[in-house]
Amino acid sequence: MSETLTPAADTGEAPYFPMARAEGCPFDPPSELRADVTEHPVSRVRIWDGSSPWIVTGHAEQRALLSDARVSVDDRVPGFPHWNEGVATMAPQRSDSVFNTDPPVHTRYRRMMTAPFTFKRVQAMRPVIQRITDEQLDTMTAGPAPADLVAALAIPVPTLMICEILGVPYDDHEFFQHHATVGVDRYATAEQSMQSFAAQVQYLVGLVEKKAAEPQDDVISDLALRVVADEITVLEAAQMGLGLLIAGHETSANMIGLGALALLENPDQLAILRDTDDPAVVAGAVEELLRYLGIIHNGQRRIANEDIQIGDVLIRAGEGIIIELATANRDPRTFDEPEQLDLHRQARDHHAFGFGIHQCIGQQLARVELQVVFGTLFKRVPTLRLATTLDEVEFKHDRLAYGVYHLPVSW
Amino acid sequence: MEISIEQDRCVAAGQCVAAAPEVFDQRDEDGIVVLLTSSAPDGSEGGVRHAVAVCPAQAIHLQA
Repeated sequence: MSETLTPAADTGEAPYFPMARAEGCPFDPPSELRADVTEHPVSRVRIWDGSSPWIVTGHAEQRALLSDARVSVDDRVPGFPHWNEGVATMAPQRSDSVFNTDPPVHTRYRRMMTAPFTFKRVQAMRPVIQRITDEQLDTMTAGPAPADLVAALAIPVPTLMICEILGVPYDDHEFFQHHATVGVDRYATAEQSMQSFAAQVQYLVGLVEKKAAEPQDDVISDLALRVVADEITVLEAAQMGLGLLIAGHETSANMIGLGALALLENPDQLAILRDTDDPAVVAGAVEELLRYLGIIHNGQRRIANEDIQIGDVLIRAGEGIIIELATANRDPRTFDEPEQLDLHRQARDHHAFGFGIHQCIGQQLARVELQVVFGTLFKRVPTLRLATTLDEVEFKHDRLAYGVYHLPVSW
Repeated sequence: MEISIEQDRCVAAGQCVAAAPEVFDQRDEDGIVVLLTSSAPDGSEGGVRHAVAVCPAQAIHLQA
């Protein structure tokens, strides 16, 4: 470890990112990153393309940079610290969207996407989410044990919900789930990424055109009508729909699978959810699971538009910035005993949904989905247990969103 | 406790409504924050402070 707070970019000492998690600690961010959160909350790493962007691990530092207008998400700017070669190749070909623009362009796109995800509209969906959750658990428990909780519950609940909200036929979910998987594979080649991206955009363009002809009460129809009104292009509409579709099922699904495993491994915490009838306790527990699990690993990527002084570090204009959300959720300056899963703690300042103007659009939907699922699962299936051992579970180390591929359970 | 909001900064995350529904709401058409009262009702001060803390766009301000 460097003795200076700002190791130079060319010393070659900076650790390679992303690094592996410690053996036997599947819920913890890599120990090398966690060890440095308080001493070096902003430091250098090396990434796949040989560049040495800054990595921001501290909670306060992330808050400051994620709300700083000099920090850009424009991934077409040279020097942007891309996830992998595939994303770097695709970036210049993607049309403008909430994901690659700053205000005021970002503001315009974001406001076209937010209406279906307001607090009240999502609360109104709670009975539907409850019904879907109950049906999935009925089907699972009526079938043979062990079952895979990921296939039986974690994927269907958020996928059915986002299909319903967007107006995407659920029957097509295998098609887009396959391509979404390639899209979040850290090791996808440039060619694989491009093919997958093209197939998804083509699918969404087709759907937008169909909805333009026959609009229904759903988000894709709303975007299609904006295309008809010449507010946006069909490619922009497809890009927005695709972003919502992927974000809407990859993320909550991983939280459900990984969260169930974390609770099965912490039976005293599981008992809190099983034994409570208080929605506030369930809501607090979900915030703590979001904090503790930090499924968005591998870092949010940004680039500095101007020189930025943060603590003792000077980030120069044109330098890449990686915001590793999961480590901020383990920052001992913000959370006491951060390595403990404590469902009664006040965890609301977590960065699981990011921070700043790009914070997750679907966070209220994710919250209600997780509240319903974790508030129901251990009550409906109180004898739920892991049908394998922790060391046999395969984790998504290679994906942009962390989780478990399968979770065999019995009851 | 006097509350003010900046609708131009708001990104419609909905966290303020979750924290203090008696003070904040969201516009139907785009989820942008609406202030229901500029003076926090008794008992809502904690929720309002929470809303200020978690607002990702820092669009809520308090005057003591």
